[in-house]
Amino acid sequence: MNGGPALVSIMRQGSTLIASIHTALDDSELVRFEHDLVKQIGEHRSRGVIIDVAALDVIDSFAALTLRRIADMARLRGALTVLVGIQPEVAFAMVRLGMGTGQIPTALDLEEGVQLLAEVAATRNLGSSRSQPQKRT
Amino acid sequence: MNDRTTDHQPVHAAPEHDSARSGPSGHLLSQLVAHLREHRTRLQEEWSQRIQQAHLLTAMTPQEMAAETTSVYDNYVEVLETGNVEALQHYARDLSERIIPRGVETHEVVGIVLLLRDVLARSLFEKYQRDFSMLNEVLDAYEPAANRIANTVAVSFVDERERVIRQQQDAIRELSTPVLPVRERLLILPIIGVLDSERAKQLTEQLLSGIRKHRAKVVVIDITGSPDVDEAVANHLVQTVDASRLMGASVIITGLSPKIAQTLVTIGVDLSKMNTIGDLQGGLEEAERLLGYAVTRKEVDSTS
Repeated sequence: MNGGPALVSIMRQGSTLIASIHTALDDSELVRFEHDLVKQIGEHRSRGVIIDVAALDVIDSFAALTLRRIADMARLRGALTVLVGIQPEVAFAMVRLGMGTGQIPTALDLEEGVQLLAEVAATRNLGSSRSQPQKRT
Repeated sequence: MNDRTTDHQPVHAAPEHDSARSGPSGHLLSQLVAHLREHRTRLQEEWSQRIQQAHLLTAMTPQEMAAETTSVYDNYVEVLETGNVEALQHYARDLSERIIPRGVETHEVVGIVLLLRDVLARSLFEKYQRDFSMLNEVLDAYEPAANRIANTVAVSFVDERERVIRQQQDAIRELSTPVLPVRERLLILPIIGVLDSERAKQLTEQLLSGIRKHRAKVVVIDITGSPDVDEAVANHLVQTVDASRLMGASVIITGLSPKIAQTLVTIGVDLSKMNTIGDLQGGLEEAERLLGYAVTRKEVDSTS
């Protein structure tokens, strides 16, 4: 289950984690992805997670469920998850099959996702006197 | 026993078959064609008269009809001679292409071809009236060929018509759900006419790909021009709104008529997530607000 190269690249950009799914994942790969991502949120003290599913032309119910679980877990660990790059056909298929993304915010593509997180961060920073996200190298 | 009968039959049938079709029949056909060529003017005249009597091809002028009947006649005789159906198909398609826009109906085309067949058959009766067995043989050769021609022309005509209809349907489909960018990242979808499930499906496809293409954040769907929706279409619309949200665009629906509003409430579509506004103007204003546009009117008096 943990062998082989990762089918998802998880990159850190400031306080944001960007997870880009390259290919359709089977159930065990999804579980591994969930595990990796949630672990890294803690390691990097991320405030936002962007999951890019632009390469997927199918999202089945387990994948949708996993994405919702990841978002919930990320929230518990202090990060907001944004789902980006859902293809038109995938979007409609997901809605038809009644498996929306629940409360996860969505955006058109990576750029929009980054912007959305920036907006959320801006309102957060207005609300609290928390310092700017740390920039480490 | 069985073997014998099956053996038996071809032996008897084959010579008959040959004599009826290929050998003498080829000869008969060429004789026939010569006869038809010889009396071309008279027969064609008679045919035109019968067409007029039957009130066919009324959409065409007499000159056009004369030209068309001449070429149809010549083609007809040529196909009788050569048996080359492909050339006829080609000609029939060509003819259909010319006459369909003039409003010529299927029954007219079939009618004139059958009339020609009858006119020519009559002339054969006339020619061979004294020799009954000869007449039979000539008709044996003539009838299958003539029927094949009538069949080919009718099928080609209907094919051509269907092709035209398909083309028009495609054109209508293409035009029926335009996705129009009106500002950066703002799309409008005006829906005119009845939304059936086929159109609703197409609308969804166009909208979702439009969102991606134009990177839209807000979409206004205006259904002022749509008189009615049924339950399936209403649910489809709700799904489209949800799918758009998955792609990061919010949808505003405007112009819901009282009747549609009533339908939606009656069938219990979940409208809590739908952003609806009375008219297109209000929808555009809301969309501009969402996108952060502030439209102000230029005061002519004070600025100049």
